[in-house]
Parts: sequence; structure tokens; C-alpha cells
Amino acid sequence: MRVASLAGHLLRAGGLLALTAAPALAQDTARDVARARTAIDPADTAWMIAATALVLMMSIPGLALFYAGMVRKKNVLATMAQTLAVVALCSVLWAIIGYSLTFAGDGAAIGGLDRVLLAGMSPDAVSPFAKHIPEALFMIYQMTFAVITVALVAGSVADRMRFSAFMWFAALWLIVVYVPLAHWVWGGGFLARAGVLDFAGGTVVHLNAGVAGLVAAYVIGVRHGYGSENFAPYDLSLAVIGTGMLWVGWFGFNGGSALAADSRAVFAIVATHLAASAGAVTWMALEWWTRGKPSVLGMISGAVAGLGTITPASGFVLPWQGLVIGVAGGLICFWSCTWLKLRAGYDDSLDVFGVHGIGGATGTLLVGVFAVPSVGGVAGLLAGHPEQVLIQLYGMAVTLIWSGVATFGLLKLVAAFLPLRVDRQSEIEGLDVTQHGEALQ
Amino acid sequence: MPIGWAPEQPGTTMKLVIAIVKPFKLEEVRDALLAIGIHGMTVSEVKGYGRQKGHTEIYRGAEYAVNFLPKVRIEVAVPTDQADRVVEAITAAAKTGQIGDGKIFVAPIDHAIRIRTGETDANAL
Repeated sequence: MRVASLAGHLLRAGGLLALTAAPALAQDTARDVARARTAIDPADTAWMIAATALVLMMSIPGLALFYAGMVRKKNVLATMAQTLAVVALCSVLWAIIGYSLTFAGDGAAIGGLDRVLLAGMSPDAVSPFAKHIPEALFMIYQMTFAVITVALVAGSVADRMRFSAFMWFAALWLIVVYVPLAHWVWGGGFLARAGVLDFAGGTVVHLNAGVAGLVAAYVIGVRHGYGSENFAPYDLSLAVIGTGMLWVGWFGFNGGSALAADSRAVFAIVATHLAASAGAVTWMALEWWTRGKPSVLGMISGAVAGLGTITPASGFVLPWQGLVIGVAGGLICFWSCTWLKLRAGYDDSLDVFGVHGIGGATGTLLVGVFAVPSVGGVAGLLAGHPEQVLIQLYGMAVTLIWSGVATFGLLKLVAAFLPLRVDRQSEIEGLDVTQHGEALQ
Repeated sequence: MPIGWAPEQPGTTMKLVIAIVKPFKLEEVRDALLAIGIHGMTVSEVKGYGRQKGHTEIYRGAEYAVNFLPKVRIEVAVPTDQADRVVEAITAAAKTGQIGDGKIFVAPIDHAIRIRTGETDANAL
């Protein structure tokens, strides 16, 4: 190191020490000073770039592997195709119009057209929702959330939906269902104004995708041979690998929702990991109790259930509460995937509703119970603000109704032009060969 | 008829020994056959059941009965006078005493030919 730059470093270090030592400025760190000077914080930006990559990895290949491993061999490639194609298609649509309608503008119902095709997004621009990172980064971070939500819905209709119909549905669903809901909760819309808390997507992502999946499963109908044929997963090791990517990626999903490299992000990450762990252990325990053996599918389902449940709460609760929320997610999702699904008779192939829908709903409600002001600035029931539970229920109800009704409408719209389902023979032969002309060898 | 094809009664000079055995017994069977001078075989992975029961798998509440068990099918073509020795060797090597050990079938071979040289029947084995 040259003397001049060493001196420079020492001077800066001395300056920082002086700042932190002076009693009047004891509360301001050097970062606060830097933040006040320039809008864009390099530490926040670095973390958010990493978080964006983590969340994208959750879709490709995390979700692709998670889902594909659970379907039958003849549909593995087609299942992956759905995730891949959604990421590609919905990324494009998000950049063209999705981001603008969600986050540009302050209408109660919807955003505006200021950012269509990302117009006006200069390198130094910042979003009012994330003032210390480049707006382009906020946009692409949110993109990863949008695409994974759409990709999740595919799980409910695995093994039988026509690819072309699915593509149309995915494009429409992103714009018509996801964008408005994301605006209402995160883009300054009426749910945010009502005080609904959703840190990283309990409503916008999980409950939304879960309900949409359930509606789609009902509209499309059960798979041929459901309940009588052997539908054993092709390769659960793929699903395990996918789960690992989802679990690790979730550090970016929840941790990145702090939109800053700060302690709130860390609390979110800790709560997230504890919830995943607690969910996995809970499901294992339940299987040990009910069938005598803990299954690998159960472990990964429990982990994902815990992750989905903690998602809305991660930035509002204390880390140890992540354990409680993870256990709750494990319990209730186990019940919904085993008892509820069999009783109700719907064929939600990959339990999108059972895990994400029910988990997201549970977590959204529990935010209202556990929210602690020191973490997220808002109090829940246990911190003396029981009204928050009602506000959360309001948000859940709006999500449920909006997602359910709009998804139903879109499915019927698409169905008016082409069949949603492949024909019986194609379903028997498999989607890989019939929809894509490919097969695992 | 190909050159060198023996015009005698088909089915008396060669036998195809077909053994269905438990997969982990494959190497033992191969060693046993090598020991009596049999140097070639064809092996395939198959599924099947006889008296051995399958098992049940449960995936998130969905139960499936798996009736077919993995087995290995070994096919060896031998001159008729060696067929009995081959059957004995396979039986001794593949036996565990548990249900599901498998079965051996002996079927007649009408003709055999070595593709590379064109040798036929006994010379092809």
C-alpha cells in the first residue's frame, strides 16, 4: 500500500472515530452520514444484488427441480418447461408493463404507466419504495417475486394442463391478478394504506398462488387415474435439491425484503431459517407419529411450509418467534395436505394450496399476533395492538376473493379460445412427448 | 438357409437357460458360471413377482401399492449336455432361502450364429 493512500485510510478512519466519539453525533454512524449525502447506499445495493440472484435461483432451478422431481417421469421435462417459460415470459412482461403498474404511481387501486418499458429509469433513479438502492435493482428484485408467484401456480395443474393454454394464462394472470394485488400491498395501494402487514409475500405470493392453484385444480379437474393409479414421484432427489435451493434462496426472499443491508434483514433471515427448520422437524414428528417413518418428502414439505408461513412475518417478529411460526406452519400444512385434500377431493397435484396457500394465510394472520415494534415498527396482538389481527384478516380476505374470482375468470377466458387440458390420450402418453416432443432417455 | 446351418432336428443341440434372480445375486451367479466355463451371458433389469409380496409407499397422504419387485434376468445359451450343470450352478449361487429367490427356465434354441464370423450352432456358443 502506498504511503499516500495509507495516510488517506488513516485519516478517514480517524475521521470516523471522531464522528463516533463526539457525544452530539453519537447516534449517527458513518453510514447514516453517507446515506444522507447520496441516495444510493453501496452496502444496501450489494446485498440487494445478491438477494435478487438468490430469489431468481429459487425459480430456476429451485422450483423447477422441486416440482419436476415430484411428478411422473413422462411429465418431468414439461413441468420444468412451465417454470422456465414463466420466468422468461413474465420477466419480459414485468419489464414492459408489470413494474410500472405495480410500483409507479400512487393510486389506491393500481399504479401508472410512467415506467412502461422502464422509461425514465436513469442509472441514479430510486424508487420511493426503496430509496437507497437503484430503482433498476428494485425493479428486478420485484421481478423475481412476480415470476416465482406465477410459476408456483403451475404446481396445482401439473401433469395435465396444455402448455399453450398455460402460457396465455400465465401472461394474463401476472398482469390481471398479481400486479394489482402487489400494488395494493406493496405499491402503496389500499391494503397498504389500511395497514396490512406482509413483509415478503404471505398474501401477494403464497396465498395468492395457493388460491389460484386451488381454483385451477377445480376448473381443470382431477388427473386421469387419480386415486387409483401409481403416481409416485419420479425422482425425489431432484425435489430435495430443489428444496435446498429454495431454502437458501429464501434468505434473499425474506432477507432482501428489508431492501437494506441491515439488522432487520438479518432478523428476517434468522427467523426464516428457524421457521424452515422448525417446519421440517414438525412434519417429521407428525409422520413418525402417524405412519411410523419420517419421509424425505415430508421433511422437504415441512421445510417449505415453514418458509412460506414465516414469509409475511419475517421482518416484523423476533427470530425466536420464527420457531413458533414454523411449527404452526408445519402442523397446519400437514393437515391440509393429508386430511383436507383427501376429504375435499381436489387434485392439487403438488400441494400449492396445501403448502403455500394455507401457509401464507397462516403466516399473514400470525403477523397480526406476533408483530413487535422494535423489529418492524408495528405492534401485533401480543404487543398490545389486537386490531392488527383484524387488519390482517381483511388483507387475507381481499387476497382470497380477488385471487379466486379473477383466476376463475381468466381460466374461463382462456378456455373460450383453447382447451385448458390436454386430451386424454396425450395425458396418458405424457406431456414431455406430446407437448414438447422430448423425453428423458 | 444361411451357409453352414445344420439341417438336423432343431431344438436338441442347444438350450437357453433363463434365470430370474434377486439383483444383488448377479455377481455371485456370474462368478459361479465362470467357474464352470461359461463365459458369456445377457443380463436385463426386470420387474416381477411370484409369491413375494410388494410394499406400500406413501407420498404426502397418497398411498400406492408397489406390486412389482426389481429382479435381474440372466440368459445363457449352452450346449444341451451342459444345461444341467448351468442350472445347478445358478441355483446354488442365487439361493438365499427367502421368498423371492426367483426361477430358472430352460428353453430350446433352434439355431445360433456368431455375427462376427458367421459360425453357427455349437460353434457360435
